[in-house]
This record gives sequence, structure tokens and C-alpha cells, in this order.
Amino acid sequence: MSDKTRAIVITGNGTNCETEAAHACRLGGFDEAVIAHIAEILSGEITLDDFHFLNLTGGFLDGDDLGSAKAQANRLTNARVSGTGERLVEQFIRFIDNGKLILGVCNGFQLMVKMGMLPALDGNHLNQTATLTHNDCGRFQDRWCYLKVDADSPSIYTKGIVNGIYLPVRHGEGKFLCTDQDTMGRIEAGHLSVLKYADEKFQAPTMDFPLNPNGSQNAIAGLCDPTGRLMGLMPHPEAFVHYTQHPRWSREQLPETGDGLILYRNAAEYVRNNLV
Amino acid sequence: MAHRIEIALGEDVRDARGERICDEISHFLHLPVHEVRSIDVYTVDAELSRDLLEKIAAGPFCDPVIQTWTVDRPQGKDFDFAVEVGFRPGVTDNVGRTAREAAEYLIPRPFSSEEGVYYSVQYLIKGDLQQSDVEKIASGLLCNTLIQRYAVVSSAEFAAKRGFPAYVPKVSGETRAEVREIDLEVSDEELLRISKDGVLALTLEEMKIIQGHYRDPKVIEMRRSQGLGAKPTDVELECLAQTWSEHCKHKIFAGTVHYEDENGNRTEIKSLFKSFIQRTTKDVRERLGNRDFCLSVFKDNAGVIRFNDTHSLVFKVETHNSPSALDPYGGALTGIVGVNRDPFGTGQGAKLIFNTDVFCFADPFYDKPLPARLLHPRRIYEGVIEGVEHGGNKSGIPTVNGSIVFDERFCGKPLVFCGTAGLMPAEVNGRPGHEKSIMPGDLIVMSGGRIGKDGIHGATFSSEELNENSPVTAVQIGDPITQKRMFDFLIRARDKGLYRFITDNGAGGLSSSIGEMAGECGGCRMDLAKAPLKYPGLNPWEILISEAQERMSLAVPPEKIDEFMAMSKRFGVESTVLGEFTDTGVFHILFGDRTVASLPMEFMHEGLPPMQLPAKWTPPVHTEPVLEGKADYADDLRALLSSLNICSKESVVRRYDHEVQGGSVVKPFTGVANDGPSDAAVVRPILDSFEGVVTAHGICPRYSDIDTYHMTANAIDEALRNYVAVGGSLELVAGLDNFCWCDPVLSEKTPDGPYKMAQLVRSNQALYDLCLAYNLPLISGKDSMKNDFYDGTTKISIPPTLLFSVIGKMDDSRKAVTMDVKRPGDLVYLLGKTADELGGSEFLAMKGLVGNKVPKVDAERAYRRYKAYHETVMAGTVASCHDLSDGGLAVAAAEAAFAGGFGISMDLAKVLWHGDQAGRNDLTLLFSESASRHLVTVRPDRRGEFESLMSGNCFACVGVVTAEPLLAIIGLNGSEVIKAGLAELKESWQNTLREL
Repeated sequence: MSDKTRAIVITGNGTNCETEAAHACRLGGFDEAVIAHIAEILSGEITLDDFHFLNLTGGFLDGDDLGSAKAQANRLTNARVSGTGERLVEQFIRFIDNGKLILGVCNGFQLMVKMGMLPALDGNHLNQTATLTHNDCGRFQDRWCYLKVDADSPSIYTKGIVNGIYLPVRHGEGKFLCTDQDTMGRIEAGHLSVLKYADEKFQAPTMDFPLNPNGSQNAIAGLCDPTGRLMGLMPHPEAFVHYTQHPRWSREQLPETGDGLILYRNAAEYVRNNLV
Repeated sequence: MAHRIEIALGEDVRDARGERICDEISHFLHLPVHEVRSIDVYTVDAELSRDLLEKIAAGPFCDPVIQTWTVDRPQGKDFDFAVEVGFRPGVTDNVGRTAREAAEYLIPRPFSSEEGVYYSVQYLIKGDLQQSDVEKIASGLLCNTLIQRYAVVSSAEFAAKRGFPAYVPKVSGETRAEVREIDLEVSDEELLRISKDGVLALTLEEMKIIQGHYRDPKVIEMRRSQGLGAKPTDVELECLAQTWSEHCKHKIFAGTVHYEDENGNRTEIKSLFKSFIQRTTKDVRERLGNRDFCLSVFKDNAGVIRFNDTHSLVFKVETHNSPSALDPYGGALTGIVGVNRDPFGTGQGAKLIFNTDVFCFADPFYDKPLPARLLHPRRIYEGVIEGVEHGGNKSGIPTVNGSIVFDERFCGKPLVFCGTAGLMPAEVNGRPGHEKSIMPGDLIVMSGGRIGKDGIHGATFSSEELNENSPVTAVQIGDPITQKRMFDFLIRARDKGLYRFITDNGAGGLSSSIGEMAGECGGCRMDLAKAPLKYPGLNPWEILISEAQERMSLAVPPEKIDEFMAMSKRFGVESTVLGEFTDTGVFHILFGDRTVASLPMEFMHEGLPPMQLPAKWTPPVHTEPVLEGKADYADDLRALLSSLNICSKESVVRRYDHEVQGGSVVKPFTGVANDGPSDAAVVRPILDSFEGVVTAHGICPRYSDIDTYHMTANAIDEALRNYVAVGGSLELVAGLDNFCWCDPVLSEKTPDGPYKMAQLVRSNQALYDLCLAYNLPLISGKDSMKNDFYDGTTKISIPPTLLFSVIGKMDDSRKAVTMDVKRPGDLVYLLGKTADELGGSEFLAMKGLVGNKVPKVDAERAYRRYKAYHETVMAGTVASCHDLSDGGLAVAAAEAAFAGGFGISMDLAKVLWHGDQAGRNDLTLLFSESASRHLVTVRPDRRGEFESLMSGNCFACVGVVTAEPLLAIIGLNGSEVIKAGLAELKESWQNTLREL
């Protein structure tokens, strides 16, 4: 493989945010950002092995008909790649084992949690231990949220964020739930709950609607695994990479780039320093 | 044998769906219910081992963290009544389809065509209820019996019978390929009966034209040579009925109108479409000369204009009113995913970049009796909003602009306007992206979903008024995911040049799409036996006219077919070759070897003589209201802000993803708390460019009660002034007209047809006049002409409604302006003059009045002012701009102020007045809805520049932005006529629909 930093965005079966996710990867510093349809991966035309940063991004995989991302989790776990005999999930595990990066946004976060890629406490990436379910308000919500960052988190994506970031959420099933107290305890103790819905000063996590748009347990909006290389979040970082995407850009003085870009910059820098 | 897999939420897990139903039961049906829990039920109709069933249940069907599963064992407990709701046989079951696909990954073989998975929901209700109450809950809330079935059991019965039995809603039947011949050598009454019983919606005159065709010796001879008898087959008759339906053929807009104006002057108008709509575009384009930006108008599924050197813009707005009246969720869902296919199927295909939605409903809090078959406005409101939400969000297309309009008469039929814009490369494989062609010998290919009985007679049924016998099959349910897969495949096939022509399968199904495509090259030969079916039992005529969704028709060159089919398979999309295009001049349909229809293309498309339509304009005269002047109008302002047409629609808008694709620049809500109502949307469709697409709309059906000329003029002006407000350029902007009328054809049922027809004529006159003044070419549009309800005794006709949408460009979207005031000290300007024009206003409507003084548009002055204002925006002098519409100046000022979080202090004496001084008073200055006005704020240091760019136009500085959060308006006599805190004004505005 050349020394290019390469990002891949998987699309197909209801993924919707592939264009802006690839755009964010390029802006963040990746040399290449390829949008790959799942059909092209299952047919063997494109393999994850050729990339460093995998984006599982927003959408409505299979219409979220069996619960968000459930059908895709089932597909990725069980479908085989043509011509190789290997199950697609083996490519995923190899990708993770090779120390590469995966970022799941919204539907992609739901997919990671339901496959077990997050929080993956004991390094088992195929055992679901938490979930994302229907918002407490019972409705899809498109609104912007203040996200307090845990500075002690191992997440490689949030390095350098001072207090928090401001991003839009756009989901109907974003309520994070972990029914097992022990798992929840380990998530918090390990600083894996990297982003929490908070007040506008990023002072404290909140359970109040609409600041917390879905009623997530412990106000969790984003989660990483203990290595920090795998992360998922309900808010959309790719939707705020330029100031004109901010809902109040016409009345506030804002820097040229948006809060979400830092995640992609950090990913690109990590790849450049560690994987090429 | 069928198995029931039940998935229930864990006991401690909150059931958001159940809670919502519980709330709706108490709010809506006023029944004492304590709790509702819900269970997902998958009925698996397949021979599978217990082990596999458990693997499926525990795997894709169940979330192990919060759910529990059982196979063939009920999970329900601790309830008083259980209701189970599932689809009727043949109705699109999206969850069932996904469940089946998921199960297939876990079993060693695919499901056979006889096997399937069916989805239903079980509601466990706790409360002090009788069986009859629960029946009411089931039929009134949980289940639309048109497309769903339900069963109710008490807890005792549930225990005795061990839950619900497995029920498989499979369509049974065999394909017998039955083709009937229809004898048209019968009496006139009999001809009409054939039309009515068959939902053909053909008039006696049309039936007689068909009768005449089949009497022609040349036709008889040709038919004999093809093995057909002299009588038409059902396939032919159904095909003609679709092709000639009002829905497809636009007979009213194509007809000859005999118009008499209020002075008795008579004119004959040969086709409103040609005389006004097409002529508008032709004349505007001529005037634009080398600045003309239109690329494809009226001839394709959507209009196409230039965006920049590399890309073109595509836009279409459709309505889906009749299906939404019967099944609001399915009808509206189909409306949005249906209009998506229009820009997608325009030219060689376009990427979809945004949706717009406008809904017209009756009051959701309506509390009077309704005629049978009409759903309560609240159910329509809920269903339509949810249907469009699912269709738009799941398709990944941002909903950037829209509105909801309320009028009691929309309980007869709601209006559901859905628009979609697309972006296509200016050039695709060396040819202009908006052009396409068909060569004889190209293969007829259908891609996407399968054909079922859904949507049969949709086109003809919507060409009649809604009545108690409206057919069930006319309703479809859209499937955004199947469509998304198809689009993902086809957009890639486009770029590889794998097809030559693409179009949508909408109204009329294959009969329309292939009929129109055959018109391109002069004929076709298609075998309906090749068409993939959802289930057996469809006769050839049903296959031909089914409006089953998510299908595109394509012409694929023979040398590309293998690559096309292979790619289709790889992307999981079903594509089928159905025949080939020819140049024989005949629409030739086979079923296997047998010819089942042979229609000369010329007769299909040109055989219908124009309708003759009488129209007589008599201006209505309403009581002229006598309005007492008051010292304080704060209460009136609060009441107006709370009125349905003005109040915040945020509870609806937040349910629509307006930011996906990452290009939103001006969002639906703006301001200090992200909750002020934007005038228009700005979107960047190409993320590494700052070029913006601007879209806005205007709609004001209330003015139709006075004069549809001015209704139309105001709608067009409203669309353009919204567009201009945010910074849209007047150099590149086009319009789309969507007419929704009540039946204007004189008949026994419609004795006032000539008046309604005259309303249509006047509307068209205004369309021409205004568009010409505004240099607005019309690029596409649609009409829906039968928006009435009639059950034999009660007739409800909607007010004539024109939705006018505009799409255009701003070169640098970073210069866009939003409606929220920005900082204290900024100067407040009112652009345009105010007149005594309260007729049809929200203010009068609030008092139960109509009046006569409808706002009149002075288009010439307005256009000049809009151009000057645009220069001030480009110069960066404008801090905020909000258009004045419903509720006039007072409402616009309140909205701009509370959106920005700063007060406005304003003096009515400074407002420029137009017309008789007698009408100039505080009330008219505050609430008159005079057209073409903007409320603008400007930083004091930009004052000189702003005023010099605006010079020569009507505008006045009327006030200032204040730090104090107050709206303070001084009346003509120098005392305050409104003084109100922004928080309370905002609360009035937000309260009305907040909980819906």
C-alpha cells in the first residue's frame, strides 16, 4: 500500500450521509475518501484492507424496520464476500485488529453498538452490551445539541477539544441504554462516554429535553472503546465542518471551520502518525 | 405452518410507542386508559426448524439489551384488552419485507415464493374499558381498516386461547391471464355503467369516441390480423381510461373554455395550459434572450434549469391528495417518494438534493360531526405528517422548506404537496444531462419493486370526487428503502451510460410510462407475462395499470443489457426486460404469445377531442366589515400569533431532517434560540462550492373567496418575496405552479361549475401577468382538479388553491440574510407601501369575516424594489429581513423581534401609505396584508449605503431595534397601540401546536 491516508465510507441499503462524510474526511486531511457501496464490498471489488479509516455514517439502514441498524448488523455479521468465502465481519475484525480507526455516526453508531463493536469492553467486538432505542419524546428530532467532552477519554478523535462541541442530532432512536450496572460502571470509569449532552456552557451533563434530545442514560451522546480507536456518536460531526452550517452563523462571529471537523482532523493525524 | 415470533420490551424499559398511543387515546377519544404496552409480532410462514426460528428471533428480530423473544408463545401479560393490528393481504409490508431478508441470511436456502414474513403490532391496554371502547380505539386510532385488519380480545379470552392465532395475510389466487372483451355496442346508459362500475372515469362522450374507434373497418381489419376480435379487450379499455384520465391527460387544462367576464365580454380560450402556462414561459424566455437559463420545460417529469457550467437544477412539485384522504400515512408517504422519482427520472437522471412540503388541513381540533368515510382532521394531520416524515427522512433528502395551511374546507380533501429538487451534471457521457432518447430496438426494462394490486385505478379514482365507494386498491404504501436501493444503482448505471432513457412509473403504471416512452420512438411491443409480480392472481389489465411503487421504466440499448442486468443484480435491485421499443406506430401488448392489446399510438395520444367548458365570472360580494378602532391591539396580535395559520410549526418541522447532505445554509428555523421562522431555504448542493440554491413558496387560498386573480398574484408575489428576502438572485429564478381546484366542470353534481371554471381562468390570467412582470419562467407544474367530497347529500369543495414554488440561485450563499433582528440600535425599514387591504386577511378570518378589499400586487414597482433590495444584500448592508404576509406588519415585527431576542420600537405614522386616506388607521397599518413588503433591519453605519441603493423605491425607516425585549408600536395619534413582552408574544406563537 502507498503512503496515502485512505478513508472509506460505506453506503447502500439506506445510508444517507456518505457524501458529506467523505467531504469531511477530505477536509480533515485524508488523501483519499472513497464512497463504497456495500454491494461493491460484498462482491469483492473493494476491500476494507486497503483503508485506514472506516466511516459508518448516518441513514436508515433497511428503513430501521427491525429497530435501528438491526438488519445491517445481521447482514454484516452473516453475509459472505464473493470469491473469498470469508464473511464480511472477518474483514471488520481484521481491520480492528490491525489498529485501524472506525467512526460510527448516528445510524453508524447504532450499528456499532448493536454489532458489539462498542463499547467492546473486553476486546470482544461482536457481543452487544448496550443499545440505542426510541427517543423519550417518541419523535424524530432534528436539533442542535451542546456536547461536553470528557478530556480524560481514550478517544483519539476528541483530542484537543477544550470544553465541548456543538453539533446537530437527527434521529428517532438515539436514547443510549445500558441495563447492566456493571457495564455502565466500567463505561464511566474508563471515560468511554466521551460525549454527553450538556448545557450551552458545557458545564454539566443534562437529562432535560431538549438539551438532551432523547433521554439518553447518563446523557451519553457518544462512546468509544477502551483503545479509543473505535468511536460512535448520535450527533453528526460531518454536518458541521463549515460555519455556514451553524444555525446562527448569520448572527454570530464564528471561525471558518465547524466543530465537527476536529474529529476528522484527529483521525487523519492519527493515521498519518501510526498507520502509514 | 406459520409461526409467531413475539418481541416484547423488557419490563423496566420505557415503551415510547405505547405511551404515545396511551396519550392519544385519552386526548383524542377521551377514554379512561391507564397504560398501553406494545409487542412486535413477526408471523413467519415458512417450513423452518425450531432451532432456526429461535436463531432468527434471537438474532435480527430482537435487541437483547432491552427486548425478549418467544416463538409460538404469547408474551402479553397484565392487561385488560389486547388488540393486534396487521396489514390486509397484498398491502405493502415494509417491516415484513426487511424481516424476511434478514431471516434469509440465517437459513440455508432462500424463502420460496409461497413463504413469507408478515409484521403486526400487538397493543396491551390497561384501563377501565368495555369491549366496545376497545373496538373504538382499534378502529378509530390503531388501525386504518382500509389497509389493515385488527382483532380485539379480553385478557380472559387471551388466556383461554393462549394469545392470538397465527394469521397469514397472504394473497391467494392463480394467474389465469383472463382477458375479457367488452361489448360497446350498447345503449348510452350501459356505456356509462361500464365506465362507472369499472372506475374508468370516462364520460359518455369519451366512451362514444372509443365505440367509434372500434367500429372503424380499418381498425377491425388490423385487429383481425393480430388475432383480436372487434370488441375492445379489458386491457385496451383500461389503458385508454388511464391515458385519458384527467389525472394523466389534464383534460380541463387542455379543454376549450368559453369564458364570459363580469361585463359580459366573451372569449374562447383554446387550452389554458397552452394559452397561459406555456405562453408565459415562451414569452419570458424570449425576453430573457441570451440570459435564458431554461433547459427543459414541461416535456419531462420535471423542469430543468441551468445552475452553473457543470450542473443543472431539476425541480418538480406534485400533489397526492385523494390517497391521503383515505390513508393519510400511506398516501402521503407515497406522495413524497413518488415525487422523488420525477426529478430522478428527468433527463438521464438526477441526484435528489431537497424536498419541500406544503400541507392544507382542516383544524386538527375540529369538534363537529363529519360525514361518513371522512377521517378526522387530526388523524389526517398525524398520518400525513408521519408519512412524509418517513418518506423524506429515510430517503436521505433534506426537507428544507414548507408550510401548513388550515381551512375548514380541507376536511373534504386535504392537500398534500410534495416537491423534490435534483442536481444533474450538465453533461452525461458527452450528451446534455437533461436530454434523452429512445431508438427502435431498445429494450423495455422495468427496475425496482414488483407489481401488485396496489394502486390500481389511482389515476382514474383521483379524477373523480371522493365518495363512500372509493376503491381500496387505489391506496399504496411507499417503500423508501427499495427506492433508495434502486436510485443507488441507477445513478451509477447512468454514469456508466447503461441506459438511454429513464422515466418514472407513477399514475397509470406501465400503461402511462411505456405509453409515453413508446411515443418517443413510435411504438412498442411488451409482454406482461414477463413482469415480476408480488403475488399471483393479477390479470393482464391489472399488471398494465398497477401503480405499485418504486419502479422506473428504462430503455436499454441491446448491447448494454448484460452489463445493466449484472450490475442490477449486484446492487440487489430487480430488473426485468419486458419487451422492446418499435417504430410500428402501435402500442402492442402481449401476454405470452397472445396479443391482449393493440392500440394505435395516434388514437391513444391524440384521439380525444378537447372538452368544452363554460365559464362565467361574477365577482362575489361579501359584507364589508365595519371595524371599530381600538386603543390597544396587543390582544389581537397575540390571538393572531396563536392562530393556526400563523403559529409556529416547530413541532412538525423538527421531525423532518432538514440538514442531511450537509448543505443547509438557511434552515427552517433561525435566530438566537433557533426558533424563528425562516422565509426561504438556502442550500449548497456542491459542498466545496458556495453557490447556493434558494427555494421558497407562496400559497394563500383564503383570497380565493374574493378573487382567484388576486389569490394567484399574491401567491406568486409571496413566493418571490420570500425568495428575495434571503438573498435569491432575480437573474436566475424559475417558478412551478400547482393548481388544486374543486371540480369546475358544469354537471348535475356541480351546478356552479361555470363560476369555478371562471375562477380557474382568472387564476391563469394572473399567472401570466405576474410571471411576465417578474421574469419568472414556469418550468413545471401539475394540476389536481377534483378536490371535492360528495356523498350524495353533503358536498365539501376546497377553496381554489395555487401553490407557487420558486427555485433559483445565489452566487455566494455566505451573503444570505435571515429574518431575526441582530442587534440593538439597528434601524428598522419597511419596504413597500401599505394599503387598506384587509380582505381575506387572517385578521378578518379571526373575526369570522371575509371582506372585499383583497391585496393587489403592483408587480412592476415590486420587481424594481426587489432588484434594488438584492443589491443591498449583495453589498452586505442588510442585517435581517422578514417578509410580511399572514397577519401583516404586526406579526412580521413580532416574529423578527422574538426570533432575534431584541425588541422593536416602531411608529405607524412613518409607514408609507397607498390609496385613500380614509382607510388609513392603526388597524389597517398593523394587520393589512398588502403584498410585496419586507421588514428589514440595517446597522446604522450602513444606513447611507442602504438608502442610496434603495433610492427611487418606496421604503421608509419606521423604527429601531431595542435592547429591551419589547414590541412597542406607536399609533397614528402618538400613543402606544401595542406594547408587549417578547416572551409572551413568542409563547402565544409557540403554544398552539406545541403538543401535537
